[in-house]
Amino acid sequence: MTSLTPSTLAELADAVRSSPRVIAVGAGTKPRLSQVADEFVRISTAKLRGIVEYEPSEFTFTALAGTPLAEIVAALGERGQYLPFDPILAEAGATLGGTIAAGLSGPGRWRFGGLRDFILGVQFVDGEGRLLRLGGKVVKNAAGFDVPKFFVGSAGRFGVMAEITFKVFPRPAALRTLRLDAVDDAAKLALLTAAANTRWELDALDAAVDQPAVFARVGGPPAALDAIVAEILGKFPGVEPARAEADRFWRGIAEFRWAHANGTLAKLALTPAQVPEFNAWLRAQTDARGWVSGGGNVGYVSLPAGARLAHSRWPGVTLRGDGPLWLGPKPRFEIMRTVKAALDPENRFPSLDE
Amino acid sequence: MFQSEGVTASAPNPDLLRRLAAVVPPGRVLEGAAPLAAYESDGLTAFQATPLAVVVPETQDEVIALVRFCAAEKLPFVARGSGTSLSGGSLPFAGGIVIALNRLNKILRLDPAQRIAVVEPGVINLAVTAAAQPHGLHYAPDPSSQSICTIGGNVAFNAGGAHCLKYGMTSNHVLGLKAVLATGEVVEFGGASREQIGPDWTGLFVGNEGLFGIALEITLQLLPRAEMFHTVLAGYRTLEQAGDAVTAIVASGLLPGAIEIMDALALEAAVAAVHADYPPGCEAVLIVELEGPREVVAVDRGRLDAILAASKPVEVRPARDAAERLAIWKGRKSAFSAVGRLSPDFIVQDGVVPRRRLGEALRKINAWSREMGVRCANVFHAGDGNLHPLILYDGREPGALHRAEELAGKILRMCIEMGGSITGEHGVGMEKREYLPAMFGPEEIACMKRLRAAFDPHGIANPGKMFPVDGAPALSQHGLHSLEKAGVISRE
Repeated sequence: MTSLTPSTLAELADAVRSSPRVIAVGAGTKPRLSQVADEFVRISTAKLRGIVEYEPSEFTFTALAGTPLAEIVAALGERGQYLPFDPILAEAGATLGGTIAAGLSGPGRWRFGGLRDFILGVQFVDGEGRLLRLGGKVVKNAAGFDVPKFFVGSAGRFGVMAEITFKVFPRPAALRTLRLDAVDDAAKLALLTAAANTRWELDALDAAVDQPAVFARVGGPPAALDAIVAEILGKFPGVEPARAEADRFWRGIAEFRWAHANGTLAKLALTPAQVPEFNAWLRAQTDARGWVSGGGNVGYVSLPAGARLAHSRWPGVTLRGDGPLWLGPKPRFEIMRTVKAALDPENRFPSLDE
Repeated sequence: MFQSEGVTASAPNPDLLRRLAAVVPPGRVLEGAAPLAAYESDGLTAFQATPLAVVVPETQDEVIALVRFCAAEKLPFVARGSGTSLSGGSLPFAGGIVIALNRLNKILRLDPAQRIAVVEPGVINLAVTAAAQPHGLHYAPDPSSQSICTIGGNVAFNAGGAHCLKYGMTSNHVLGLKAVLATGEVVEFGGASREQIGPDWTGLFVGNEGLFGIALEITLQLLPRAEMFHTVLAGYRTLEQAGDAVTAIVASGLLPGAIEIMDALALEAAVAAVHADYPPGCEAVLIVELEGPREVVAVDRGRLDAILAASKPVEVRPARDAAERLAIWKGRKSAFSAVGRLSPDFIVQDGVVPRRRLGEALRKINAWSREMGVRCANVFHAGDGNLHPLILYDGREPGALHRAEELAGKILRMCIEMGGSITGEHGVGMEKREYLPAMFGPEEIACMKRLRAAFDPHGIANPGKMFPVDGAPALSQHGLHSLEKAGVISRE
């Protein structure tokens, strides 16, 4: 298995042209995405790192694809800003490019939207080795096709990202977390649905699979949150964990600490109404663990090492483990083949189902 | 009249209309001068083209049959909603047909528990919010034509509005869609989940400017309506002071739902048109709106008041009740049509500059305006750097149009040089297609053309839009749209 580590964008384009079959790899925190045949030359983005531009007053930054999320989170934090979708696996070393390729957003996606809602522009290398820049560098832009969004979740099948521009927001001054009681799956669904349509504007709304609990987070000025927290707890019985415990808890969610080490990890797209069925399906499998995020729109499933997730009722993507990359229903249309041919006519990158 | 991608307007095959009519039930095809006249142009009134026929399908199957007929015949088609495009996006193609989607106007599903609506393309933007309102929900994108523009058109052009910085554009609220592509293939992307699996095909489709195909069913996310609004109007001696106030607000960590600025000429027009009342002696007015839970708004309001007090305003006027809030927005939203009344003709654009360069951009626009003797009013979404310069001229005066277009071109080039965009929310359409190469290099444009060809190998879907055509003149908006004159729509 050959590996290349370009350190400039020109070298990145050369690396793509250097072999008939290539795939980009970041830090390898979602290894299934790049688990393809040995004939593929691995192009590491390890030396394409760093924030290229950061203008706090513009609410935008541009960074190279191999930049670790942790570096970005820290730089934004210094200026009181953040990526509101809560980037996942930052402590594990995940890169910006890998996060886009996986289409992963954390619990904070609930408030303002997921990763797709914050990507503004992308510079990428297409299948013929051209370095192209599409989208824009300002927070509002309607010129040209929205190729940056298309790259979200595309698993490196249509191009290698070189540099990406994102929108950021000011970080809420305070966050408060509540663990709300939900005795069974029906109660979880009822709580997820009720809490989603309230005046509180929750920052995150996740649910445990194996505990009778829903976790809500609210953000804003500290002085405003006491009354909101009291009202939530008045309506839904529960407790407010201490701040340090809450921070630890959300970090654990963002790093998948609840999942089996070295096992299978997959993300599924759900609707809140499907949560009870998802939970029941998980419990029916030996040693399966799970988590529900995004107000019931995202389900994560983890199986122990050696076990393989072969089927799902819901569309999904395997992030770790040996199961199929795409899970569940995956409609395939002719347009998917022709768009692939438009961006990668020689099939240099793996095809969608390779 | 307009040519692109190998599609040329040619004399219709005499047989063609007969065969077209056979594709759909009787009465769906409009031909002849009188019915077609209504479809000759859109919000960009300076340009007209007469289509071969206008077809008014009533079902998704009829739309699919029509597109497949067009694909088989290589017959150009332009999908059209209410025709409010300000970039000429729904201008007909001479020799092609218009597929008018207004009768596909059903809200197929409204699920308040999941907070989604599934709608057909002819549903009016505001109708979605009207249907969601009893459940305490709303559809966030609010282009100022929202009382008449359709969701299908919003999807095609990724429509914006006054709340984009915080809530994003149309694409941020479309979860999935069913569409018939220009090849005739019917596809379904995304769905009811807020999470996407695999490449974001939905995201790629939204904003395609009608070049990929026609959306038949669109799944929209609905948001809870904010509990409380706090709207403030502040008057300033100079535009720069207003701009500095915006910088201070943004630097403070506040995230207002809307930040808007109007300049002196726009204020003068709003006063004349809707008797808006502004602090006297102001060269600029800033409007800021906070929204959210009442406790959050109360705290943020205190911070905003302090920032505004320190920004040397002539006067600060907070809206004390819903009526006063509405009055502030009425003055703001009427500004463009009001400016239009000051002049027989005008050009409007919607370029974007980095927010920190707003002051510099306005200084340049004003200086050019004085030098060239061309009046220009400015109303803009200051929060996201989205300019809306309105260049006034009198088309009867020799050379006036040319000077106005020259100023418009200078402004667009300035937006690009500053690292912004030629369009924030109106789309490229006909109007700005000649400027696309100033923003994207030849390789990028070639890439987008390959994508276009993947969706539409014959170049029959909305030909002539977005991509430059050799030898065609740069186009601009001239004068008020008839609906603006009637006060039905306004521009942002």
